Amino acid sequence: MAIALVLVLIVVGSVLFHLLSPWWWTPIASNWDYIDNTIIISFWITGVVFSAVVLFMAYCVFRFRHREGNRAAYEPENRRLESWLTIVTAVGVTALLVPGLFVWSRFVNVPSEAADVEVIGQQWQWSFRLPGKDGKLGTSDTRDVTADNPLGVAPKDPNGQDDVVVEAADLHLPVGKPVKVLLRSIDVLHDFYIPEFRAKMDMIPGSVTYFWFTPTRTGTFQVLCAELCGQGHPLMHGVVVVDTEQDYLAWLGQQQTFAQLSAPKQTGSANAPSGKTMASGLDVAAKLEPVEAR
Amino acid sequence: MVDVTPADAVPPAEVGEMELYHPHSWWTKYVFSQDAKVIAVQYSITATAIGLVALVLSWLMRLQLGFPGTFDFITPEAYYQFITMHGMIMVIYLLTALFLGGFGNYLIPLMVGARDMVFPYVNMLSYWIYLLAVLVLVSGFFAPGGPTGAGWTLYPPQAIMSGTPGGQDWGIILMLSSLILFIIGFTMGGLNYVVTVLQGRTRGMTLMRLPLTVWGIFTATVMALLAFPALFVACVMMLLDRVLGTSFFMPAIVEMGEQLQHNGGSPILFQHLFWFFGHPEVYIVALPAFGIVSDLISTHARKNIFGYRMMVWAIIAIGALSFVVWAHHMYVSGMHPYFGFFFATTTLIIAIPTAIKVYNWVLTLWRGDIHLTIPMLFALAFIVTFVNGGLTGLFLGNVVVDVPLSDTMFVVAHFHMVMGVAPILVIFGAIYHWYPKVTGRMLNEALGRFHFWVTFLGAYLIFFPMHYLGLMGIPRRYAELTDMNVMTESAHHLNSFISIMAFVVGFAQMVFLFNLIWSIRHGREAGGNPWRATTLEWQTPETPPAHGNFGKELPIVYRWAYDYSVPGAKEDFIPQNVPGSFAPSREPA
Amino acid sequence: MSVILVFLLVIAGFAGWWLSHQRLTSKPWLEQGVAGDFVGLDRSALPTAKIGLGVFLAVVGCLFSLFTSAYFMRMGLSDWQPLPLPRLLWLNTGLLLLSSVALQCAVVAARGGQTDMVRLGLATAGLTTLAFLAGQLMAWRQLTEDGYLLASNPANSFFYLITGMHGLHILGGLIGLGRTSIGAWSGTRPERLRLSVELCAMYWHFLLFIWLGIFAVLAGWAATFIDICQRLLT
Repeated sequence: MAIALVLVLIVVGSVLFHLLSPWWWTPIASNWDYIDNTIIISFWITGVVFSAVVLFMAYCVFRFRHREGNRAAYEPENRRLESWLTIVTAVGVTALLVPGLFVWSRFVNVPSEAADVEVIGQQWQWSFRLPGKDGKLGTSDTRDVTADNPLGVAPKDPNGQDDVVVEAADLHLPVGKPVKVLLRSIDVLHDFYIPEFRAKMDMIPGSVTYFWFTPTRTGTFQVLCAELCGQGHPLMHGVVVVDTEQDYLAWLGQQQTFAQLSAPKQTGSANAPSGKTMASGLDVAAKLEPVEAR
Repeated sequence: MVDVTPADAVPPAEVGEMELYHPHSWWTKYVFSQDAKVIAVQYSITATAIGLVALVLSWLMRLQLGFPGTFDFITPEAYYQFITMHGMIMVIYLLTALFLGGFGNYLIPLMVGARDMVFPYVNMLSYWIYLLAVLVLVSGFFAPGGPTGAGWTLYPPQAIMSGTPGGQDWGIILMLSSLILFIIGFTMGGLNYVVTVLQGRTRGMTLMRLPLTVWGIFTATVMALLAFPALFVACVMMLLDRVLGTSFFMPAIVEMGEQLQHNGGSPILFQHLFWFFGHPEVYIVALPAFGIVSDLISTHARKNIFGYRMMVWAIIAIGALSFVVWAHHMYVSGMHPYFGFFFATTTLIIAIPTAIKVYNWVLTLWRGDIHLTIPMLFALAFIVTFVNGGLTGLFLGNVVVDVPLSDTMFVVAHFHMVMGVAPILVIFGAIYHWYPKVTGRMLNEALGRFHFWVTFLGAYLIFFPMHYLGLMGIPRRYAELTDMNVMTESAHHLNSFISIMAFVVGFAQMVFLFNLIWSIRHGREAGGNPWRATTLEWQTPETPPAHGNFGKELPIVYRWAYDYSVPGAKEDFIPQNVPGSFAPSREPA
Repeated sequence: MSVILVFLLVIAGFAGWWLSHQRLTSKPWLEQGVAGDFVGLDRSALPTAKIGLGVFLAVVGCLFSLFTSAYFMRMGLSDWQPLPLPRLLWLNTGLLLLSSVALQCAVVAARGGQTDMVRLGLATAGLTTLAFLAGQLMAWRQLTEDGYLLASNPANSFFYLITGMHGLHILGGLIGLGRTSIGAWSGTRPERLRLSVELCAMYWHFLLFIWLGIFAVLAGWAATFIDICQRLLT
């Protein structure tokens, strides 16, 4: 008997929790409100099914609980009922799947005007590379990584010379312009994830993956790594700042190109990365060390 | 249509005496036993023991997540070792071993009416290799560098690199070796379970008369035999990468400013192999649970399982489909994005046979005579948690919804609900149900009810809210949830609450263990068939069943496993080995 | 993953064929009180051990299909350099074929009750199989001496891995063959001997089949064949 009551309470409690609890997604900052809408559709359909099944169960337990002299009905099957339930389920599943597939095709087809931005992950920091004036990113190879060329840009590729290199510092993006994020790693799997943008994708050493989005509001957003990448994984934070066009150009003007960085060292101050608010890989490693020493 | 002849006309069974190995000493009777029932108990005890280790590990993780910074000894390194060992133990060494090695060994021969498994010697070897695998796994805790901390998915490259605990020490080597051993041992056992169902069935036990428990375990074993080789291949290749420096999975890598030897390998290849095993694995755990819960509901609601044929077809359909959905674990892995369309479609199709099973369980309750015994309570709780976890699976299987939710706490909540809590509730229900057959005594009722309520409600309170942490964008596998914008103050409170509940639920399991041990001597005498069930294991001449199970003559089966409340019959159940037709069977309206 | 999917399709075909004979659409609740008249539904007339071996061989087939799948997936990457297969492998193939033939002769002899011929067949099979294993080891040594080391290229790694895995299975089979031979010399019951010889033959034929498959894959014929098929399709 108690179980029937508890089953009802579970449904009511779960629905109330869903509606009233303070734990909900962060305000969106990209064009992927399609994804949010698909989640809302999923919540509706699955919520109705969950409530219906559990409430029906609660009713059965209450109504058909054992009492002296009761005997169960004899009904091996009911093809009509079963067929109907199958059809209704198929319709429900289709209603979930179809919008999802439409949004997915939008997600994988990058608009042609999207600007390339490369993100490079390594244990445990984020770096970025933007194409220079020629609009093309130079090729890269993990084998080309050295102390002076931490991102492994191919030194001989003319396309790569004017690339803007942002090593272990914040990335700025202009608001309202679609961005194709090219993802690369030089050691293990990482995953470039900004909760407000909804989109994410793994980065795989040895190949380049991608996703795209359009930032829809200015602000400072935290980058998280969403694929286990070793002990420093939870500390692998980064920062993406979405600027107005004007601020973005001002920031871009301060950045150094690959050619400038690989030129023989001039005065020290020019090389210092600006606006560095994130932990670098070495910082993380240093933070882990005392922990290990314990 | 088969004409219904009176049973008396059937000639006696012509079942040749199986060549049973008769034990001569205490050692061969209780330790190196070839009796499936003893092997089942050995499997169960070992799985439970290693499961307790996993339980303690989960407490340690929850301490770190619920009360960050309070416990100095839980370093990030240790945290990752805990999650890895917890995950691997629960999925492989507890759930797979307990459902197939434990329940499979005990129930298959008894339920199909066989004297023992068909290859008893191989069956015994299977257990001892499993035990060895468990010991190798545990030895990781004592190896230099500790066990591996690569996550239970063991993704290369990080699994064998120095940035991961155990990656360049013994941890990963021991883990891979243990898995390889487990797979060898399992294959030996699995051959037995499959061939016993094929060849060991007693007279009259057609496939459509098998209890759904046997169908579930049988299909799961077939799947496991075909899926585990993928893990075997992945483990062997990774072991070579780690030990001999090959480059199956390892591309060119710069580790902390230093170029490694490897070149050109494909981390995605590992993921394909791993999930080609990993997804069927979900159903390897789920199908036995489906089968068992069907029998629990039918028996305790005194009603035949609704839509038996659909249930059987659904089991087969799920088993077949589960081999073409593996890449839904890899939507954001960087594989070719067009695979997403295919795998999202197959994944959501598999929801249909699964939903049919849920409907049929619930419809079995309709107009039943529901005895709210402890096994029944656990079965009801299973339906709630399974429906909940299954429905969130529709989120994650729908490729684009998976994009924001993958690798967050939502995933953790989902798979714990659907393949952690739900199957374990079935295991508990099954233990309360079959313990009287194994020991001859009932488990204590009051302790059992306490155990049920705390476990069910506690587990729901742990994992239901956890989905919402994932929705907020909190990633999984974070040893520290500090300096994060998404991590609000209230989310920290929720995490502390979840941790406290985890301890409460964990302690309830101690009560259960106490009950298990205490009732062996002090439980109420059960008799041969305390639940008044129809299946053959309840019809044995002795309880607990003796070596050879069925005395001198094997039972003959005259009916399906679900003749409950048949109109015209005096009792509300007719065991499978009772001859005679009780009612003019009619098509339901 | 196409190789393993094709393999599973074959398995599914077998399973489907078997299930289609099990009256899965019957209504079991209408058949109460009957025990004996479901002919052919109780169990297969084949010896249980053969069915057990059949299931095991399906698992072995699955294992090698997966290795082949991995081989093809890894082969597509840029650093792959095929290695020249030693000529010796042809001789080894012949030896394995010979052992399979010898076991088949032993089966025929066992069915006819000619114990001497069974012994001869088993001994020939054992010796040729040992020679095969020795030949495989020599092929490994040749390759290492020519500088094709295990870790220097994935093509090499796969060669050693797959041939090694096959060799291990042969080695396992030798244990079974040894036990059968002991039985043949110490005079077990003829029907029992016949069954063990048949099981050995079944295992050997299957491993020969696997060997031919992986030989074709390692020599690159399989890739060419798939290439042609793909071109025909597009």
